[in-house]
Amino acid sequence: MSAAPQMLASARARAKRRAIAPSRGGRPWTFYVLAALFTFYVVALYGPMICIYILSFQDVRGGLVFPMKGLSLHWFVDLFTQVRTGDVKGAFDRSIKLAILVTAITVVVSFMAAMAFRRRFPGDNIVFAMMIGSLVAPGLVLGIGVGLLFNAIGIDTSWYGSALGAQLSWTLPFGVLVMFAVMSRFDPAWEEAARDLGATAWQRIRLVIIPVLAPGLVAVALFGFTLSYDEFARTLQTAGPQNTLPLEIWSMTLNVTSPSLYALGTVTTIISFVIIGAALGTIVLIQKRRGARARAH
Amino acid sequence: MAVQRGDIELAGLTKSYDGINTVVRGINLKIPDGAYCCFLGPSGCGKTTILRMIAGHEDPTDGEILIGGEDVVGLPPVERGTAMMFQSYALFPHLSVRDNIAFALRVRGLSKADRYRQTDAMIEKVRLTELADRLPAQLSGGQQQRVALARAAITEPRVLLLDEPLSALDEQLRVEMRLELQRMQRELGITFVHVTHSQLEAIALADLVVVMEKGEIKQAGPAREVYASPKDRYVAEFLGGQNVLSGKVETIEGGRLLFAPPDRKSISVPLRANARVGVGDRIDVAVRRDDVALLRADAIISAQEQSALPCRVLAIEYQGSFVKVMLDAVADEDFVAYVPERTFFSDPFAIGDIALAAWAIDHARLLT
Repeated sequence: MSAAPQMLASARARAKRRAIAPSRGGRPWTFYVLAALFTFYVVALYGPMICIYILSFQDVRGGLVFPMKGLSLHWFVDLFTQVRTGDVKGAFDRSIKLAILVTAITVVVSFMAAMAFRRRFPGDNIVFAMMIGSLVAPGLVLGIGVGLLFNAIGIDTSWYGSALGAQLSWTLPFGVLVMFAVMSRFDPAWEEAARDLGATAWQRIRLVIIPVLAPGLVAVALFGFTLSYDEFARTLQTAGPQNTLPLEIWSMTLNVTSPSLYALGTVTTIISFVIIGAALGTIVLIQKRRGARARAH
Repeated sequence: MAVQRGDIELAGLTKSYDGINTVVRGINLKIPDGAYCCFLGPSGCGKTTILRMIAGHEDPTDGEILIGGEDVVGLPPVERGTAMMFQSYALFPHLSVRDNIAFALRVRGLSKADRYRQTDAMIEKVRLTELADRLPAQLSGGQQQRVALARAAITEPRVLLLDEPLSALDEQLRVEMRLELQRMQRELGITFVHVTHSQLEAIALADLVVVMEKGEIKQAGPAREVYASPKDRYVAEFLGGQNVLSGKVETIEGGRLLFAPPDRKSISVPLRANARVGVGDRIDVAVRRDDVALLRADAIISAQEQSALPCRVLAIEYQGSFVKVMLDAVADEDFVAYVPERTFFSDPFAIGDIALAAWAIDHARLLT
């Protein structure tokens, strides 16, 4: 009575070891090569950024290169108090406002474009090609073009006018492409079922299409925001007299030679992460709420 | 008889999407109130298009659709008093079972309390009470189907339209859901129009089977009539269970005609009233597979009452209650006998055996 179960257990343990053994000991050499390549890629990707984040925490003696001199938040304070570093706070304000504006327009227009492209219409290919065209055009050239055009028409370039337009030429095609991908998973029968059940066109959009597409719309918003927030090439010639944040950083690299430049990099990165986190959090929340609402009744 | 609210009449119904190819060609059909009607046909025969035109999701190119005596062409689905159950059910993925079913009431502006009271009664009817708070993705295929049915039925339609409602289910569930559909139809007492490519489904459910081919109705009638008395070769072959023989008419006399399939001896067939055939015409004859008896080659048959074809056994499939025996009785065509299980095994045949496929002359049927 005692021996049999033990034998069974040990046999099971042996079987288990055998089952795992090949994958533990027998990784092919290609695994190590690819793992090394991937490690190199990650270091190359994040190394430079991490250098900047570390160097931004030096004290007053700090310089632009390693080695690290002290540890403090001096350059962060300096960033927001010193006049010589330029109008960082104003630039940041403008960039956020512009990004919000771009995001809103991108989400609304991309959604409407995706709705329109559900069916074929005369000239749909041409509209699509023209849209993608502005994605392919070199940003700097496009920016100069927008600047020139505004000049020719006689409107002053400004971050909320010409720069907004230039940025939309970049975010809209992206947004529409993302919405196409999102829409491809939208079953047209859902909308038809809603119509069958008596929903008006507006009710179909409000009660079926938007809720089903909500995660996709958040993704488009995220795209729009981040693309606008760090847009440089198209904004350079179109922002007018007041800089957006990327332009401000660029001009600082030309005339500021202190780690407050790095501090600015750290701050903007943190803000980007907060925004991405908020967007992803919203998607998770939407899905959680659906689950919770389904359980709550 | 007065027109009932659930009567459907299709008159000269025609649909072409591109103006060149006609997918539905001048359909004329009356579906009585409270009937269970099945449109049966292969994919692309226009049956779903007809359903969608009745539902109001597609406009006919020509013709009329009357529901309860009034022409509904151009009206939105709600005003027609129809409700549709979609092939993939099209349940709203973001709404719970209860909110899916309540959707029609919500868009009509009912308060939450009102619509949930009505919805819960319907949920009980389709036995989904424990699942009312689940999302569609958390339901099995059969449960999803019941939700779709309840969601369509809550609008109190006079006609319920079902587009391949069982095709997404596995075999066993399909049989179960068939009963469920029948039960719901009796309970609601409304007209059901059901589109399917499965003849089993159609004859199991329908009061009225409409067999379609290439946008036209081939035969419409009660299930037994369509199955047992197919009008032509297409219907006979589509509904299955029939052997179809073709050949040239040799003589016509005494209410019977003799015809000969290629390389076979003549076979006698009862002449139907008002059948227009002459000597020399090519005709099709149907013999039900379960009417075919499998005899030993030396068996004696009465030539006055029975026809027989000598043949060889090609294959044998055990089907449980009967045995399906494939024979080479006619050249280039399948000829199958469904032999009752007990009969077969009292004197079993083997593949390659010579046999005699025999049937009562009166059971053969001349097709037009």
